[in-house]
Parts: sequence; structure tokens; C-alpha cells
Amino acid sequence: MSMLQENDPYMKDMKQVETAALFRQIIRIMEELRQGVKKPYKEVIDVASGDPQKTGMKPLSFVRQILAACLYPQLINDNKLPVDVRQRAQRLLGECPGGSVGSYSATRGMPDIVHRVSEYISRRDGGAWSNPENIYISPGSQWSLANIFQILVNTEASTRTGILTPVPGYNTSILSIKELGAVPVPYYLDEEQGWELHMEELHRALASAKGVCNPVALYIINPGNPSGQVQSRQSIQEVIQFASEKRLFILADEVYQDTVYGEKSEFVSYKRVLAEMGPPFSDTVELASFHSASKGMLGECGLRCGYVELVNLDPAVMKYIYTQFSKDSCAPVLGQIALDVMANPPQPGDPSYPFYIEETQHIRTTLVHNVNRALTAFNSLPGLTCQPGEGGVFVFPRLDLPPRAIQKAKEAGLGPDTFYCVNLLEDAGVFARPGAEYGQKEGTHHIRICIMTPPDIMEELLRRVTSFHTQLMKDFS
Amino acid sequence: MSASRMQLLSPRSLLLLSRGRIEMGAQRPGSGPGVRSLTSPPLYPSSPGRALSSLSATRRGLPQEKMSENGVVSRPKVLTIDTMNPTVKKVEYAVRGPIVQRAVELERELSEGMKKPFAEVIKANIGDAHAMGQQPITFFRQVLALCSYPELLNDSTFPEDAKNRARRILQSCGGNSMGSYSASQGINSVREDVARYIERRDGGVPCDPDDIYLTTGASDGIVTMLKLLVCGEGSSCTGVMISIPQYPLYSAALAELGAVQINYYLNEENCWSLDINELQRSLDEAREYCNPRALCIINPGNPTGQVQSRECIEDVIRFAAKERLFLLADEVYQDNVYADGCQFHSFKKVLFEMGPEYANTVELVSFHSTSKCYMGECGFRGGYMEIINMDDEVKAQLSKLVSVRLCSPVPGQALMDLVVNPPQPGEPSYDNFIKERTATLSALEEKAKLTEQVLNTVHGISCNPVQGAMYSFPRITIPEKAIKEAEDIGQQPDMFYCMKMLEETGICLVPGSGFGQKEGTYHFRMTILPPKDKLEILLNKVKEFHQKFTLQYS
Repeated sequence: MSMLQENDPYMKDMKQVETAALFRQIIRIMEELRQGVKKPYKEVIDVASGDPQKTGMKPLSFVRQILAACLYPQLINDNKLPVDVRQRAQRLLGECPGGSVGSYSATRGMPDIVHRVSEYISRRDGGAWSNPENIYISPGSQWSLANIFQILVNTEASTRTGILTPVPGYNTSILSIKELGAVPVPYYLDEEQGWELHMEELHRALASAKGVCNPVALYIINPGNPSGQVQSRQSIQEVIQFASEKRLFILADEVYQDTVYGEKSEFVSYKRVLAEMGPPFSDTVELASFHSASKGMLGECGLRCGYVELVNLDPAVMKYIYTQFSKDSCAPVLGQIALDVMANPPQPGDPSYPFYIEETQHIRTTLVHNVNRALTAFNSLPGLTCQPGEGGVFVFPRLDLPPRAIQKAKEAGLGPDTFYCVNLLEDAGVFARPGAEYGQKEGTHHIRICIMTPPDIMEELLRRVTSFHTQLMKDFS
Repeated sequence: MSASRMQLLSPRSLLLLSRGRIEMGAQRPGSGPGVRSLTSPPLYPSSPGRALSSLSATRRGLPQEKMSENGVVSRPKVLTIDTMNPTVKKVEYAVRGPIVQRAVELERELSEGMKKPFAEVIKANIGDAHAMGQQPITFFRQVLALCSYPELLNDSTFPEDAKNRARRILQSCGGNSMGSYSASQGINSVREDVARYIERRDGGVPCDPDDIYLTTGASDGIVTMLKLLVCGEGSSCTGVMISIPQYPLYSAALAELGAVQINYYLNEENCWSLDINELQRSLDEAREYCNPRALCIINPGNPTGQVQSRECIEDVIRFAAKERLFLLADEVYQDNVYADGCQFHSFKKVLFEMGPEYANTVELVSFHSTSKCYMGECGFRGGYMEIINMDDEVKAQLSKLVSVRLCSPVPGQALMDLVVNPPQPGEPSYDNFIKERTATLSALEEKAKLTEQVLNTVHGISCNPVQGAMYSFPRITIPEKAIKEAEDIGQQPDMFYCMKMLEETGICLVPGSGFGQKEGTYHFRMTILPPKDKLEILLNKVKEFHQKFTLQYS
């Protein structure tokens, strides 16, 4: 066992066991609530995943109306739904084989949708060309990511493949890397600097892989999950230069691109920066950029759809990428339709436009409001410090628990953050996730909370966390 | 294989693994006797891989390598054919392979006004019922529309039972929305409904909802289970027995996992039946070079359409018990049985009726899907698997594997729920549901018979009865001259045949070599899904093509 593995900040499989325990706990509590067992709360607030609709955020009406009309085409012929919805549904059905959302699509996704997604990317990136042939729609960005890992990771080589991964970073991606027997090579984000990514740290991380594994790729989450930082254009340029120099394939997880709320922040895609850097970078640096219908304004996690755009890949490899995706058959067609709406929302003048703008504005306002409320509340509590985020849908406050609480956690066989989450769930009915799942600097502990909730739910959550936290600090001081 | 895969073993499986095996070079999937691989032409002749290269007009057309200051060529790609994961290179997936890509090209050429000897491309390559014009079940779509846009619950034109079903499904979704993630294993109430369905189907054999996993189509379940089973290297490398012909998902997944594919041959002369002696032969041979741990059965068969008898299933179960093999039963065509005297028996039911000696020990997973049967809803990617007698520690590893996918698509889960819990007698939608389902299934039955009958009138084509599933897999005689010509251009003879057919008639079939076949025999897979009038035309075009082809090359 190498040093790198011993110091695995993602806590190897231990976190799996603890997470499984947390999930069993929530199932038990939900069941007890159903049976009428008395608790200090009537409902659990589940902010464990980046899942806005779970806590009651409404889906966009335009998306759902189109889905309903595609599912039940009789709705196209009567006037219950707005005319632009019906037109769009009719067009989409015309693009499905046999005119049904029940047929398989092509491997890369419905060709017309893939095409419109490429146009959307091009618009987003100030005109940088996007080739539809390099886009693969899949059942969620994690699915695409796993497929790309499968090709990047040499499962037969004697030296294991390494992938540079952020700490903290999204646990499911890390699990996919480990599942293939590859080594996540951690690079740490600087919490004190608002979880900024420093180039020296990337250099250090790469050096740490020496003699342990063969690092081939750099996995970046921007905006950050769980840490919420947003990279500047300059930072992205530096990362691209680094990847070019060190010959690393860039995996840019950009699923939170539509939820940037920091006043001075702006989302700039890796693809765009790469294109604007010009040759030799724009011709050579290999990049996979991931996006999803689960996040942003849509928040359609349950539909399971995302895409990856591949840039500068060797054509000989592209052939295998096609085969790799083809054996999944295709992405769920309803999800592809949602993705199409994301890429092509209603335009000024369309009947659905005013309400669409109202709904998306509401989502943006809610996010900004919730983030400010959460920061104020958490930062006013002793033992909790929360970095101001700039994007994404999570806050990741740091816990500084009294030694007695840490001792108690140890006795229970849990990390302090898991201990905190277990009790927060049991006593206050709030389901948050421990930082250990995402990786954290040794000796620090965090919790991750999704802040994309209706404002009243956020208020109730803050009330519960405040009261729980105050009590815990009192009990263990 | 990787360390993480090693962790997936239970103590019991480790015992299985430690049994001594004779050392021999590890045989790689696809290289087994009789299975020929497709030699695919390059898929991207126009090399679209370099998205950004056209950004800089000045650099357009320059080679990818750049010269550094000292004149040394630098910057080769990180990911090249030599550095990529070698197991991925062995993956082939014929039902979406080169012939289908050519079909898509032809469609485009037609739409651009290019002259072809045909007016449209008919994709008879894939079991995609709706693409061929099959209508969805009204009730299913009503409920799903209501779930998607719950404001429609106030609409009086939707039947009450559809609304009730939609409310029930929404209540079991997080935040009452299909847009939230479900538990990785699937929505609880759906798993409960699946369990009740299985109990009804299997005459009361108990089913525990905890053993049900909702999946992204059956394929996802199959790949997940194979991942769980595969481990080891060299002679301890996991071997998985699959039928030849087989559905290429199995060979593709095994290749990717670096497992050994063990071929057992179905008996074409006896309606593609499964013969236990053949199972034994292939297993005994495989024990020389790998560690066989699982046996995959597709019933009703794909591509071969045979339906297993109860006795045959019992024999397979006894064989699996004796040889300590994990059984994977792909039963996605369970409602598609057409031949007189044939009936679908689930492995689960037969296993439990064989008594505790088997029922408590034989490890089994059974797969089902929303894509086939009378629903044909492929685009939803819905499915489930039921797991029986699996070790608890392995189950924990399975939970970990399924969590990487977060969850299967919720609309697909909702649809699965409707399939296992359709309208009941007395409910407003019942009569129409039965009418629609019966119409689809009897049309399929008629088309199954028609296909067999017409194909068997062609000299040089012989077709077994299509007892079930959605395909015919006739044997074709290819003249020596054509075989020679195919070999000269590095193609399998039946690929050559199917490509010619596509170019000349617009009919897209999958060559038998994509599924595996006995050496020296050639086949194609054709779906029976086109509407009857269209199917008749199609069969006659196949007939004409075959006669012309035979004449041309004899």
C-alpha cells in the first residue's frame, strides 16, 4: 500500500460504510414518521443531494408541459397547453423514430437535439465552434464521466492510472475512479481563500504521484461541488497551461454552470478559454466537458440526462468512444427533451416566454437569498465557519467541535462530521452529508448542505440547525 | 483485475476462486472457438475528433504535433490508441455497429435527394417497436403525462384510474416530483409493486422487495451484475458462459471487464434448443484456462427466438447447482411467446418449485425491462432485476456499484410500476388496456409466423420457428465466390451480405457474426416488428435480394 493510498483523504471505504448507515437511518426515520412515532419534527428536510425538486422547488412549467405533450400527443391537438409548447412537442416527436418517445434514439442522442446542443455550446462560448459529432448525450453526467474514465484508465497496466482530483470533490466521481482500480491523486483547494485552486498545489499533487501511479488526467469541478468556488478565466488558463505542459487530459465537470451567484464571478467554460488561448493549446489539449439536465434552472435529476463534449481527441480513440456509449443503448428520451429545452429556452415573443422568465428569475432570486441567509446564520454560530460561495448549489461549512464531542464521536466509531450528521438527522430531522465523503484536509470537518430549496424550507432548516448546533455546543462544552 | 474488483468478492466466492486450475494462457473474450469478430471499417472517416482545430484559421490543416524550439516533435495526445484502456478496444456492439451507421448515412443521403434503388431505409436491426409504428398503451402514457405535468390532474378528460395511479406515483417521489433523484435501488413503492407482480406471475412464490433493483433498462442490470462477478487474472480470471448465438451486450461487457467469454452453442437443428451436454462440454473445456463462475441464459432467446421448456430450465438449474455457477436469466421477452405449446416459465418459479435443496442455494438474478413485450417503451430506459440467494456482503458491494449511477430514470421507474400493476378489472381503463395489449401481442404472433413461413420459401434460407421474442435468425447460404470476395475486403461473409442488402434494398439487418455462430454457418437477425403490410414487402425484398445475390455469386 503506497503512501498516497494510506493518506487517502476520501477515507477509502470507511465513508461508504458510514454513508450507508446514514441512508439506513433516514429510511428508518421516514418509516417511523409514517407510522406516527413522535419526533421533534413532522418531516425530514432532505438537503443531502443537489436535488432542488426534492425539497419542493418547482420544475419549469415549459419543460413539463412539453414532456406531457410528447408523452400523450392528444394534448398537442387541444388547447390546454400553450401553442409554443404544442409546436415544440410536435417538432420533437417528428424527430423521434416512429414519432414516439418510446423508441430508442441514436447512440449519441437524437441527432437534432445533439445538433441544437452544439449550437447552444457555441453561443455560450462566444462563437467557438462545437462539433455535434463530439457530443454524447447519456443518462446523466456521471454516466458520461464513468464512460470516459473507462477509456482513460488502463485496467491492465502494471502501473495503475492516476487521476488528479480535488479535495473536497464530488464523491460519486471519486468512486467511479476507484471502481476501475485507478488512483485518485488529491489536490487540495484552499479553504481560507474561498476554496481557491492554487497552481503550486497542482504541482505538488502531481509530484506526489511519482512512483505510485501514472497520472493521465486532471478532474476539475467548476463551479465547485461541494465547495462552491468559481474559477476565474485566468485560473482556467493556468490550469490549461499546466495540463498541456504535464500532458494531462482535462475532465471539466461543469454541471453547475448555470448557478453562479457571486457578484464578481462569472462562469467561463474550459472549452471557451481553451479556444481563446489559440494554438498550440486550442489544437492539442484534450478536454472532456460535462453538463447535465439535473442542475441549473432545470433541476431535473430524476430524468437522468447529461452530455459530454469531447475536444481534441484522437479520431482513432473516438471510434471506441462511440462503441463505449453504444452499449448503453441510449439516454432516456424524456431527459434528452429536457436537455433540448435547456439548450433552447423560450424566446421573447413566444407565449411561454414571460412565465418562463418569471420562473427562472424566481429560482435565481431564491438561490441568492438562501445563500445569504445560510452564510449569515452559520457564521454567527460558534464552531461553524462558512466560506462565501460563488456558485453551485451547496454550502460546505467547517465544523470546529469541542474536544468532548470529538471524543464522543470516536466512541461511537464515527468521524466528528458523520457524528454531527447522524445527530442532526436524528434530533433535528435535517439530512446533510458529512465532509468525509468529499475529502477534507486532515483534522478539519465539514458538512454539505444543498441550498436550492424553497425559502420557507431554508428558514426552517436554519432554525433547526441553529437550535441543534447551539444545544450540541452547550452539551459538549 | 483491479484491487477494487477484488473487494467485491464474498468469502464464499473466494473459496470458489481458490480451487486449483490448470495454468494456461488466459483466453481472451471473442477469441473462443467459432465466434468471429466483426472487422469494422473506420467509423469516422472524416475524423471529426478535433473540434477546436478550425478555430484558428491560420492553423487549419496543420498536423497535430507541433515542433518545439529544438525541432523535436512534441505533444502527442495523452489518449491514443496505444495508451487507452486495452479492454475497451475489444468491445464490439453489433446491433449498433457499422451497418447501422451506414444505414444512418443512407437516410441522410436520401433526405439530401441522392438517388438510391429504394425510397426509404427500413431498420429491422433493432428491437425498437415504436420506431416501427407500434402504438403505446394509452393508459401508461396518460399516467406519465399526468406525472410530468400534475396540473393536468384537474383536467376532466383524463380517466380517474389514470389520475389515481399518477397521484400514487407522485406521492412516492421525493418532493412529489419525477424530477428528484430516487434511492439508488429505486422507488420503494415501485419495488413493492414489482415484488407483488413477480409473486402473481410465479404462482405465489414469495418475493422480497429488498431483492428488487430498478435499473436503466435491463442492460444496465446485466453490466452491473457482470461487474460484480468478474475478478481475477490468468487462469483465475472469471469465466462467464454465454449462449452462441448471444445478444452482443454480453460479449461487449465481458470484453470491457477483461473476463473470459465461455461459449456454449445452441442447437440450431433442434429449434435453437439448449443442450445440457453442450453446457458440460464448454464448461469442462473452460475450466482448463479460467474460473467459470456464471451462466447466462436468454429466455425467450435473443436473437434466436426459442422458448425454453420447463424440463430444460430444471436441467439448467441442476447443472448450475452441481457446478456452482451463478445464474443470470435474461427474461425481458417474457410476454413475447407465440408458438403453440410454448409457455414462458421464469427461472425463479422453477427454482422454487424444485424444493429447498435448490431454492435456498442456487444464486440467480433475473432481468426484466419496459422496452419489450407489448409495451416496447425503449426510450424510457426502465427495468428491474431480482436477486435471489445472494451473499449479504456481496449485496453491500452491489449497493455501492448501483450508487455510482445515482438512480435509474424516474419516468422509467414509473412506467415499470404501471407495467407490473396495470389497470384492473372494473377500472375505467381496463377494457381499453386489454384491447390494446391483445392487439399488439396477436399482431406480433401473426408476424412471427409470417416471417418464418416466407423466409422458408426462399431457396438458401432456412428459418427456425420464431417461438418467442421479436426476431428471426435464419441461416443463409452464401456462395463461395461471395465468401471469397468478403474475405478479400476483410469482412465477415454475412456482414458483406447484409451490407449489400442495405445498399441495394435499404433494409438494415444485423449479420449473424455480430451474435456469434457456429463456424462456417451464416445468419442474419431481422426483427418481426414492422407493421404486417410493410413486413410482407420487406420479406419479399429479402427474398428477391437473396435470389439475386445467389445468382450473382454462383
